[in-house]
Amino acid sequence: MADKRLTEEDVVAELRDGMTIGIGGWGSRRKPMSVVRAILRSSLKDLTVVSYGGPDVGMLCAAGKVRKAVYGFVSLDTIPLEPHFRNARQNGTIEAMELDEGMLQLGLRAAAWRVSFLPCRAGLGSAIMEINPDIKTVTSPYDGQELVAMPALPLDVALLHANRADERGNAQYLGPDWYFDDLFAMAAERTFVSCEEVVDPDGFARNGSAETIRISRLWTDGVIEAPFGAHFTHCVPDYGRDEALQREYAATAKDEDAWNAFRAKWIDVPEADYRRFAESSLRSERSG
Amino acid sequence: MSDATLAEICVVACAESWRGDGEVLASPIGVIPTLGSRLAALTFEPDLVYTDGDAFQLGAPLPSDAPADASKVVEAWMPFGKMFDVVWSGKRHVMMGATQIDQFGNQNIACIGPWSKPKAQLLGVRGAPGNTVNHPTSFWVGQHSTRVFVPAVDCVSGVGYDRAAAAGVAATQFHAVRHVVTNLAVLDFETPDHSMRIRSLHPGVTVDAVQDATGFPLVVPADVPETRAPTDEDLRLVREVLDPNGLRDAEVGG
Repeated sequence: MADKRLTEEDVVAELRDGMTIGIGGWGSRRKPMSVVRAILRSSLKDLTVVSYGGPDVGMLCAAGKVRKAVYGFVSLDTIPLEPHFRNARQNGTIEAMELDEGMLQLGLRAAAWRVSFLPCRAGLGSAIMEINPDIKTVTSPYDGQELVAMPALPLDVALLHANRADERGNAQYLGPDWYFDDLFAMAAERTFVSCEEVVDPDGFARNGSAETIRISRLWTDGVIEAPFGAHFTHCVPDYGRDEALQREYAATAKDEDAWNAFRAKWIDVPEADYRRFAESSLRSERSG
Repeated sequence: MSDATLAEICVVACAESWRGDGEVLASPIGVIPTLGSRLAALTFEPDLVYTDGDAFQLGAPLPSDAPADASKVVEAWMPFGKMFDVVWSGKRHVMMGATQIDQFGNQNIACIGPWSKPKAQLLGVRGAPGNTVNHPTSFWVGQHSTRVFVPAVDCVSGVGYDRAAAAGVAATQFHAVRHVVTNLAVLDFETPDHSMRIRSLHPGVTVDAVQDATGFPLVVPADVPETRAPTDEDLRLVREVLDPNGLRDAEVGG
């Protein structure tokens, strides 16, 4: 019986320059930040990142890891524009594939179902068809309508953060929304799930009903126990967003020295130290 | 009512955008549109559906400054995956913002300057392309000016009438840009060629003032009515129930 437990560093060792990496969560919500930090500390480069983006995309752009970003948006939610992503776009340092939010999930679904495209109305008439010349239309064989043929977005790797998982790779989502984590997992060759706590299979029932175990081990290849692994994004009900730290992060987009200082304090540190900092920062966020 | 503020007039004007919609999801972006959708639901459109902006459909509105952990009357679960189902099935009327909008209702929220290397990266197209071709869309602009109302937008996020027509039946079939509510007036596209016209003027605003703040010629009917004034009940609901701490004022230009 497979024990899929590994560390953030083990995950990074499985990645290669130029890979296409999908990242679960949504905006500044339940992002696998401990694995993202491990990528930031690595020598990986030229990544294509596919995401309903938040600070995952912003940080990877700031650290020069991104060749191309594929996104429905990149936002910090309470700070609508992700400032490091803005810098990357305005300085022209990344390629971009900007999609309607719904088209992104359709592209992941097409990859999950192993078809080259799925049709939709979204995109017709909009700039999407001009800024993405590779996206074609298709004529319906049934009623002759011309629809967008949203291409599949296959991923080499998906990175997700769940509330709980077992060592075999089943993952439990205790918040109100698991976003598109299941699609990311199914669209990927390999999926690594970090979680707040690894539980025994009978531990799931202590946390929530069977319907909260949203991702089957069929779709996962590795499990990383990462308490506070989504911090500073939110991971309800385990913890909310650390708004103070998010503001500090956002402010670093204005100058290189501030970003380097943030890196030294919050990224280039062992995960054990990070967890202590995160816990204490969340405590002051709650009392502040 | 004579003591209604501009923000309150705008809330009522936004509410009117959902009149006649029945049982659809009202998705407002921004404080004033949110108050408008709730006001519509509490008065003349009781079957409107609305959410907490997160994963829950609500049975009663929350005040504008409700904390994240406020107790809610949840009548259905609506995570983002379901939201796209709602959008693509058409049971929705969204009111979005617009950084730029043109004569035929093409809207830009994506970026300023060329998309390939924008002068300013804004929100990106977000859901605007899919919204506009799948179900009715209205817009809220808190500061009506020639910077927003432009002859041509930099990046077509929401699709207007001319571009939908050029894209074919699948794009026009469910396309409807309904109202554009601003701090000066309500505009619509109820003209033979779907170019923007003045639907109503807010109290004290002239046709010339609206035209001067608009970067393309507007269609002006012979008789332009005044925007509906808030009733006493509208004002009570906005002031006491929906927005007791007055978040509405910050979103309206002078």
